[in-house]
Amino acid sequence: MTSQPTPTRSRTEFRNINALSDLPSYRLPLAGWVSILHRISGALIFFLLPLVVWTFDLSVSSEYSHARLSAVFSQGALGLPGAIFKLLALALIWAFLHHLIAGLRHLVMDAAHAVTKEFGRNSALLTLVLSLLTTVLLGAKLFNLY
Amino acid sequence: MSVNYGSKRIVVGAHYGLRDWIVQRATAVLMALYTLAVLVQVLLIKGPIDYPSWAGIFAPQWMKFLTFSMIVALAWHAWVGVRDIWMDYIKPVWLRLSLLVFTIVWLVGCAGWAIEVLWRL
Repeated sequence: MTSQPTPTRSRTEFRNINALSDLPSYRLPLAGWVSILHRISGALIFFLLPLVVWTFDLSVSSEYSHARLSAVFSQGALGLPGAIFKLLALALIWAFLHHLIAGLRHLVMDAAHAVTKEFGRNSALLTLVLSLLTTVLLGAKLFNLY
Repeated sequence: MSVNYGSKRIVVGAHYGLRDWIVQRATAVLMALYTLAVLVQVLLIKGPIDYPSWAGIFAPQWMKFLTFSMIVALAWHAWVGVRDIWMDYIKPVWLRLSLLVFTIVWLVGCAGWAIEVLWRL
């Protein structure tokens, strides 16, 4: 290791001991929102993965299990109305769509070396608009609005 | 070649992580294409999407082949992503190691279950 010169003045140290009060006061740019939501959506899918597998299981295993699954969404289960399960499904749908579109944004940045601030902001806006729009569209279908 | 395996494996510095970076991108592209393939098949279903038409998508052997590859791709993609989350936020080594082990068990279990579902068809 190279030896470092003795400092003439001490450096200020920044420690995140006030994180809970400081972090919410930061203004996150659009690209920052897309990024943290990319992580959050990924984590959501990860933790709900057994639920996803189970839902797939019920949907393809037999006519009977498929009907049982449909009944959960229409009539509800565990004393809860079907709408709650549809909302849960919608959250997963959003997570998947946002993660996919933000991921495609990453791939475009990698392939086209698109690393300007303008591209970051514009593509972030496009990501948010597209993912929310497709979520709303699929949600409307899920809630039988069309 | 230098000795850099086993206990002498270098886990910091340049080029470590390239494999995982590429794996995340490659599996992402593969999963996006697979999603498109399933979506196209769903949209081509005439009439309401009932059990025979839905399960029928995953019944042919070539779809089972692709779906199995996608399950493996998802497991690896998720492993890289979630491992990064733990590495970023969890400082105590004992806790991070436990969470990493939990993550592997979680993903391996989900993958095994999904494969079992696929081959029950």
